[in-house]
Amino acid sequence: MRPPAVVLTAPGTNRQADAAFALEQAGAAPVCIDLLDLPERRDEIAQARLVVIAGGFSYGDALGSGRIFALETERLLGDLLARLVGRGVPVLGVCNGFQMLVRAGLLPGALRHNERGHFECRWVALQPASRHCVWTRGLEEPIHCPVAHGEGRYECPPSQLETLRAADGIAFRYVAEDGRPAAGYPENPNGSVDAIAGVCDPTGLILGMMPHPENHVTARQGRAVVARAGEHSALPLFACGVAHARES
Amino acid sequence: MSDVAKIVKPAGPHRDRALTRQARQLGFPSVSIKAAEIFFLRGDTDTASLRRLVARLIDEVPGEAARLDAGSTVADPDSLTIEVARRAGVTDRVAVQLSESAARSGLQIEAATGARFAITGARDLPEKDLRFLVHNLLCNPVIETWSAGAVLPGFARGTDEDSDAVDLVPLRGLGAAELGRVNAERSLALDPAEMAVVAEWFAAAGRDPTDAELETIAQTWSDHCSHKTFGARITVGDREIVPLLRQLRETTKEIAAPFVVSAFDGNAGIVAFADGQRLAIKAETHNHPSAIEPFGGANTGVGGVIRDVLAAPARPVALTDILCFGPRDLDHHELPAGVLHPAIIEEGVVEGVADYGNKMGIPTVAGAVLYDPGYTANPLVFCGCVGEVLAGYDKLTGPQPGDRIVVVGGATGRDGIRGATFSSMTMDATTGEVAGASVQIGDPIIERLVTDLLLELLDRPDPLVRALTDCGAGGLSSAVGELGEHTGVCVDLTKVERKYAGLQPWEVWLSEAQERMVLAVAPEQVAHVLARARHLGLSAGDIGEFTGDQRLLVRHGTKPVVDLPMEFLHRGRPTRALAAKLPSPDRAPDKQVRTADIKTTLLALLAHPNIASKEAIIRRYDHEVLGATVVRPMAGPGQAGPSDGTVIARPQSTTGFALGLGVNARYGMHDPERMAHAVVDEAIRNVTATGADPAQVALLDNFSWGDPRRPETLGDLVAAVEGCCAAARAYGAPFVSGKDSLNNEYVTSDGQRRSIPPTLVITALAHVPDADRVLGTALQAAGHVLVLTGHTACEFGGSHFNLVTGAENGTVPAPDPTAPARYRRIHDLMRRGLVASAHDASEGGLAVALAEMVLAGQLGLEVDLGQDEPVPALFSESLGRILLEVRAQDAEEVVAALEGEARVIGSVVPALHLHVTTATGKSAWSGRELAEAWRGAAA
Repeated sequence: MRPPAVVLTAPGTNRQADAAFALEQAGAAPVCIDLLDLPERRDEIAQARLVVIAGGFSYGDALGSGRIFALETERLLGDLLARLVGRGVPVLGVCNGFQMLVRAGLLPGALRHNERGHFECRWVALQPASRHCVWTRGLEEPIHCPVAHGEGRYECPPSQLETLRAADGIAFRYVAEDGRPAAGYPENPNGSVDAIAGVCDPTGLILGMMPHPENHVTARQGRAVVARAGEHSALPLFACGVAHARES
Repeated sequence: MSDVAKIVKPAGPHRDRALTRQARQLGFPSVSIKAAEIFFLRGDTDTASLRRLVARLIDEVPGEAARLDAGSTVADPDSLTIEVARRAGVTDRVAVQLSESAARSGLQIEAATGARFAITGARDLPEKDLRFLVHNLLCNPVIETWSAGAVLPGFARGTDEDSDAVDLVPLRGLGAAELGRVNAERSLALDPAEMAVVAEWFAAAGRDPTDAELETIAQTWSDHCSHKTFGARITVGDREIVPLLRQLRETTKEIAAPFVVSAFDGNAGIVAFADGQRLAIKAETHNHPSAIEPFGGANTGVGGVIRDVLAAPARPVALTDILCFGPRDLDHHELPAGVLHPAIIEEGVVEGVADYGNKMGIPTVAGAVLYDPGYTANPLVFCGCVGEVLAGYDKLTGPQPGDRIVVVGGATGRDGIRGATFSSMTMDATTGEVAGASVQIGDPIIERLVTDLLLELLDRPDPLVRALTDCGAGGLSSAVGELGEHTGVCVDLTKVERKYAGLQPWEVWLSEAQERMVLAVAPEQVAHVLARARHLGLSAGDIGEFTGDQRLLVRHGTKPVVDLPMEFLHRGRPTRALAAKLPSPDRAPDKQVRTADIKTTLLALLAHPNIASKEAIIRRYDHEVLGATVVRPMAGPGQAGPSDGTVIARPQSTTGFALGLGVNARYGMHDPERMAHAVVDEAIRNVTATGADPAQVALLDNFSWGDPRRPETLGDLVAAVEGCCAAARAYGAPFVSGKDSLNNEYVTSDGQRRSIPPTLVITALAHVPDADRVLGTALQAAGHVLVLTGHTACEFGGSHFNLVTGAENGTVPAPDPTAPARYRRIHDLMRRGLVASAHDASEGGLAVALAEMVLAGQLGLEVDLGQDEPVPALFSESLGRILLEVRAQDAEEVVAALEGEARVIGSVVPALHLHVTTATGKSAWSGRELAEAWRGAAA
């Protein structure tokens, strides 16, 4: 059974096709639904077994990345995302999707302008770090995939960071070649605190991450970048989410 | 509340740091700047609602950062404060999102944005320097106003009523001198002979033209829209040559490549390689707008070329950009009046390209950046786009009489009026002020929605649109005029959706407001098309009809605005007659013996801005979106070296396409004909090196040149076109589209005329038969050997060796007639899996290519050039040379297959260094030395 998955978009989202392709590769049956298609297609979202909020520049990121996306999602869907999570549906927000989840208060912290002050696109290495996040559970190998963002510096106050650590909420860290947390640029491409690339909520169902795992799900996509083709693919991440969707 | 509320919010430390760094770069080391955003809100609402709105949409941390502000500025004795606001009518994306978002939550407000800057360390600057700093860094008067205190907001919504004023321009009875004055006063950019034909036509018609008619003719007849130089009758001495565009078209016809679907027709060229996937490709320039408003100019350049590909119709999948700037470190006192500093132009252009491509979600994958003092006042911005042709392409019938004219996308405002004539004029110190209205700011999110709409309407076997084109230069006047050329049209301008009231009819007709497409739609489909566009939040209007009477009729309600026969508009322009004086470059065989310190020369070459790493720019472009980028602009496991070409292959497909670029203005200054051949070779060499099939290559030509009315300048152009055509035939690679941007000149305030270096950009689009067998420039494994293919001669004219050593002599590299066949043999070897990596030798010659392979692969090379004379062997820029890395056991077979045109010159070693042995000794560079030179401060 291919679990039905929804790729949620807003005007200005642009990586929905990439996300849908990754979900297909991982065994899900994705459809893309835009906020403009609401309320007509609300039921399809309500019946999803898996939700991915795709990257891009929703509403041009005017007034701050993901901000209007979060307000519009709340206006049009109410607390539907939270209720889906309550039913055990995994939710993944990538890049602008992560920014939206943070703005919506579904994930802790904030995403600020990159330390270097501008958009940056490069491949990074990520170490899965959370045992309870359903998207990373059982992943041992680092994932290599690109970042492509201008506002991805993860920030949160020290007390919140402690809570996050204690709750096993750090899902991914940027790492250096030797596998240790990235000490600085360019391995940590945006200056995120504690080299945090992705975080999950206390249920382990909601994952937000700045890098784009959907752009490394075939051997060819990574061939020129990783030492041996097929290594460090992000497909297992999507496979974890789909496996959970199947079971739940 | 009906007065204006003003909210000020710090822009953030990243912005302050960037501005302060740029001020230092401009030569103001003691200046530092703090920036804040200003939001102006106006509407019928109470303070409490307004506070809630600010908390929802503007505050970062509720109640902390932003504040309602009465307009007073903080009095700090050590700092100057200036405020900046957008001019009314200039696209303000943030304001639009702010008011739309407020409206969705039930609050009707108008919004405008601005900025406040606190400048410290500038108190003692002379007024002139301060003004320079402000105009370069903080406020571009072309689109913004500023004040040393509280600025007035530029709300987009005008209060004036729509005007239906149509003015007549008296032409009857005017002599040549008076016609010339009308031409200049109205910035028509017409030739005297053209003005005379216009005057005669209206005299015969017994009336004077309306303002809109005169503007329509000027736009349609501009060099930008009608290629009047490339179509001109050109004489060289007493010999008339074949018009330039015809030479290019005939070359394509003669090559008769089976993969050409459409060449020099419509908005983009279309090819279908062996896999059957049809690809549309187009490249454009946006030079003059980028000179006066770099961000907006480059931004809308990208937006415009994407629309050309959308109009094919195709789904855009890759972008290219070639940028030419003045020197980054130019002393600002040496700048001509009214010219922005090259570093500021570069920053704005790069941000403009990045903003549009990144937000559209189209990877920007290939590019080049050139620096030369000749581009200081007139930078060049070439933008290219490739798309996958949509399923409805075969069913586009063209407009039928009775079809409706539908405009979709952004609304129409007073932005970008007279762009086509502006781009066909020479710029002077006042251009920035008078051409303000010619510059637009784009909105990529709207174009992204237009793309979604067009995919829905056209990516199906039964398209819901019969024909389409984009609104570019000349706005509706060009787009509707072109689309209805063979039918005739009748338009009612009151049906065009406006951004705000107060536009005159001719402004609506000529506006170059961005992100608009014109569609020909059968009457029964109109309601559906309009509904789908509006569902996406786009403006959409049914503005008229394709008639069948071969006339261009434009009304404003019932009032006539334009009434011209299509015949006169499209075929009434007198053919331009121009004289050319051909260049006579020095091509005598070069027998001079050159010596140089090989070690320092290579390091100087690697550090030259033209050759040095472009990573700082490349990384600001999303080259990964769509997941199809297989050979990237940076090569190697650490992405630490440069690539030749790039390869795009959809993850679902086994095949793909490669993009390669050729450009070399320094050759153009010495020998334009050889330059043309050289850049065709370079573009094809680049795609060949990636594993693309050199027998399936289509080319684009983009010429940026000076004023063709000067015989020497035109002679250079004629020579370059001839070189292009000869090269295309030699490689069997047809041109499928092209564009010329002429009049790239600048008159300085003291009356001196400056032309850019003759600059030809060739883009190669090639078939990649096996997307899993593509090659990069990065060395793969120690123990492999390095094979040099091709022939090296002593060719230093226009070389980068000359540039870094100060030498001036030599000939520009000659065409290599053996290259086409050799590239095909190299491709066969690649298909058989015998090549591990490949890199071509170009600027800086073999030495630079060797260093780049080391940088990309993070492995060393030890090379022995035997008895070859060292300087030519290492630094000559002879064409047709590709380095191949092969397994040691395959070397003999590879060399034999290349029939005496290849030899082993060295081997790959684990130690990260480059050693080169020549007859005069050994030179050695550590990997670190090479990296530090090539990467500069970024190392």
